[in-house]
Amino acid sequence: MPVQNQPEYTDLIVTTPAPHVLQVTLDRPKAYNALCSNLLHELADVLEKATDDPSIRAVVLTGGPIVFAAGADIKEMADHTATTVKEDSRAGYWAVVRNFSKPIIAAVNGFCLGGGNELAMHADIIIAGHNAEFGQPEINLGIIPGAGGTQRLLRTVGKSRAMQMILADERITAQEAQQYGLVSEVVPAELCVERAVKLATRIASKPPLAVQRAKQSILQAYELPLADGLRFERENFCALFDTEDRLEGIAAFTEKRKPHFKGK
Amino acid sequence: MNYQSILFSADKGVATITLNRPDKLNSFTDEMHGELRDAFKTIAKDETIRCVLITGAGRGFCAGQDLSHLASEDARAEQDLGETLDKNYNRLIRTIRSLPKPVVCAVNGVAAGAGANLALACDIVLAACSASFIQAFCKIGLIPDAGGTWTLPRLVGSARALALAMLGDKISAEEAHDWGMIWKTFDDETLMPEAQGMALHLATQPTQALALIKRAFNASTSNTLDQQLDLERDLQTIAGRTSDYHEGVDAFLNKRPAEFSGK
Repeated sequence: MPVQNQPEYTDLIVTTPAPHVLQVTLDRPKAYNALCSNLLHELADVLEKATDDPSIRAVVLTGGPIVFAAGADIKEMADHTATTVKEDSRAGYWAVVRNFSKPIIAAVNGFCLGGGNELAMHADIIIAGHNAEFGQPEINLGIIPGAGGTQRLLRTVGKSRAMQMILADERITAQEAQQYGLVSEVVPAELCVERAVKLATRIASKPPLAVQRAKQSILQAYELPLADGLRFERENFCALFDTEDRLEGIAAFTEKRKPHFKGK
Repeated sequence: MNYQSILFSADKGVATITLNRPDKLNSFTDEMHGELRDAFKTIAKDETIRCVLITGAGRGFCAGQDLSHLASEDARAEQDLGETLDKNYNRLIRTIRSLPKPVVCAVNGVAAGAGANLALACDIVLAACSASFIQAFCKIGLIPDAGGTWTLPRLVGSARALALAMLGDKISAEEAHDWGMIWKTFDDETLMPEAQGMALHLATQPTQALALIKRAFNASTSNTLDQQLDLERDLQTIAGRTSDYHEGVDAFLNKRPAEFSGK
């Protein structure tokens, strides 16, 4: 069953803005799209279904025009203790996002803070509206980022900048985020989602298995020493030679025609 | 609205801000900055406001920061100028530069220090013939702020900008006009009617396009030609989706005056 026909979500809007592209819009405007457990649960649910849906080849993840997501839901967090927070189901939802095999493109307008920024960093590509602002303000609450903020930000913007953002709660603009490599493009806010959908459409026109193996290989660079990473890449490279799409891609190239990829 | 240091009114799409401490040449205080911030909040929110006009009450436009509370050495030692800029001037200048509506400034008299640079941060600057501009900062051991070191060289070139900043010479409205620092000068008595006429005109124009023009020009100062061409493409895409664009083309083709809604 296609994803868009699933029961209504309360904290997300799920649409198909282009063939093979799923758009997931965080939709809790009254709470500045704070990532409450239900929202994360719904997001994990959408992604799990998209994993099994061969018609979905890329996902665009976005929020509102003024807020992408302002962080975790602080009200939910208030009553936790060290023990209960450890058993919280949220970690499982984050793992679904982390392990999602198809490309995710985040289109970020406005505030992208705390858990919001961590969610954006789970995406494979971030496109920012010119009004976007990125930060990790957890320190103000006596806590620290808990969904990869300290790790992903460090690897993206470098130690000194990550420390400044996390220890001092200094925010960065879209332009700075691009300079530091956190986002790949800054576009007018009005065109941000449109640009992300275009990019997703372009990716969706490529052979899906190759796209997924490429994504996996790139992400493995964070996990492995270079020599192991190169071996991992080589395995993925070889595995693709048994796919129909590889034969189709090469045939279309030599016959000077457009390829038709099936994801097989 | 009940302001003490400024006058604020909105009529026929034009919001008029008058700096209103005439006995102190409208010099800036914390209170005036607070009221300006409040007025600009209203301007940003109110869709019926499609142009802003800034001027001064009395014989001066604005003499810059009010220094009267700095008589004692202790008071001077205590103040943090950087903090004052962050809190007041920088926010004001950023607000004006990023406001998606045209901002016209009518410089009715002397514009000194941050007062001069407030005027120069506006989109279109008009001045009375008797008005003058002074980068007074160097005379008290400071540097031009409120955007002066950015705006001035772009308006008049480095040679003139540096000399103005280092000598602190007063230049007349006419000279400022000759140098391309401001748009036009008018006789003292015609300045306000002319400025109001221009503001009223701008308030009937395609506001979104004007805002996009402003955005493009702002970005051009740090962009390469390639980046700027991409930005023009993106902003034109947005402009092409406004109803004012459709109205403009339709009016042109049907040889009638366009009626822009600002949307």
